[in-house]
Amino acid sequence: MKDLQAVDILLVEDNPNDAELTERALRKSELGARLALARDGAEALEYLLSGRPRPRVVFLDLKLPKIDGIEVLRRVRADDRTRSIPVVVLTSSQEERDVSECYQLGVNSYVVKPVEFDKFYQAVSDLGTYWLVLNKSPL
Amino acid sequence: MTTPEDVEILLVEDNPNDVELTLRALQKHNLATKVFVVKDGAEALDFMFAAGPYSRRKIENRPKVVLLDLKLPKVDGIEVLRRLKTDARTQHIPVVMLTSSQEERDVVDTYNLGVNSYIVKPGDFSHFVHAVSELGIYWRSLNKVPY
Repeated sequence: MKDLQAVDILLVEDNPNDAELTERALRKSELGARLALARDGAEALEYLLSGRPRPRVVFLDLKLPKIDGIEVLRRVRADDRTRSIPVVVLTSSQEERDVSECYQLGVNSYVVKPVEFDKFYQAVSDLGTYWLVLNKSPL
Repeated sequence: MTTPEDVEILLVEDNPNDVELTLRALQKHNLATKVFVVKDGAEALDFMFAAGPYSRRKIENRPKVVLLDLKLPKVDGIEVLRRLKTDARTQHIPVVMLTSSQEERDVVDTYNLGVNSYIVKPGDFSHFVHAVSELGIYWRSLNKVPY
C-alpha cells in the first residue's frame, strides 16, 4: 500500500486469487482506478482511520482474518470520520443473516461474488463503473 | 408502469419530463415493466408505509430500489430519506438519490442519513439514458436485498 496517496477503491480481501482477479478486472475496464489492498479487517480499519485521504468506495469481503467484515462495517459506520464512505460488501456468502445484518449496519450495497470466472470478472467491472463513474461519493 | 403490489423500482419524481425519460431509459433494458411512479414526497411515504391512498398495499411488497429526487413538492427528498432510514420496516430498502444537485452539502447530508448511492442526473440526454439504464441493471440484478 502506498502511503498518503488518495485511492479510489480500498479492496479488503484476504484471498489472493480474488484480489488479483478483482485488480485485473478493474484495470481492464480502463477506469484508471487507483486501488489499495487490505488483507484483513485490522489492516482495513488501520487504513481508514489513519488520516489518509478517504477512498471513494470500499469493497469489503465478509470472512476476513483478525477482524471480520461485519465488524469492520460496524466500526466504519460508528466513526464520524468514516461514516459516510460508501461500503459495498463483496462476498461469497448468500446467507440471509449476513445480508440482513449488513443492511442493518448501513451497507451501501451487497453483491454476491459469482462463482464462475467470467461472471465474477464482469461483476467487478460493473461494480467499478457504477461506484467510480456513476455514483458520487462525499469528498 | 406496474401495480403497487408488483413493484421493483419506485421512482419518486415530480418532473414529468424526467419521469418520461427515466421510463424510456429503463424500457430499453426491459426494466420498465415493474416501475411505479409517485410524484411527491408525501405520496412516496404513503406508498412505502402503505398509508393513505395506498393503505390496501402490502408493506412487505418492497421495491428493490427507490429512486428519489431531492427537490420534491410537499415533503422533500431529504425528509423522505430520513423517514425511510429511521424506520425498521423500511431502513434496509436501498435508496438512490437521483438529482440535479451537485452540492456537497446534499451529498454529505444524504450519506450521513444512510443513502445507498447518490447519482447526479446528467444534463445531456444520451448520458441520462445511459446512467438510468446502468443504475436500473445494478440495483435490479447485481445488488442483493435481504427480502
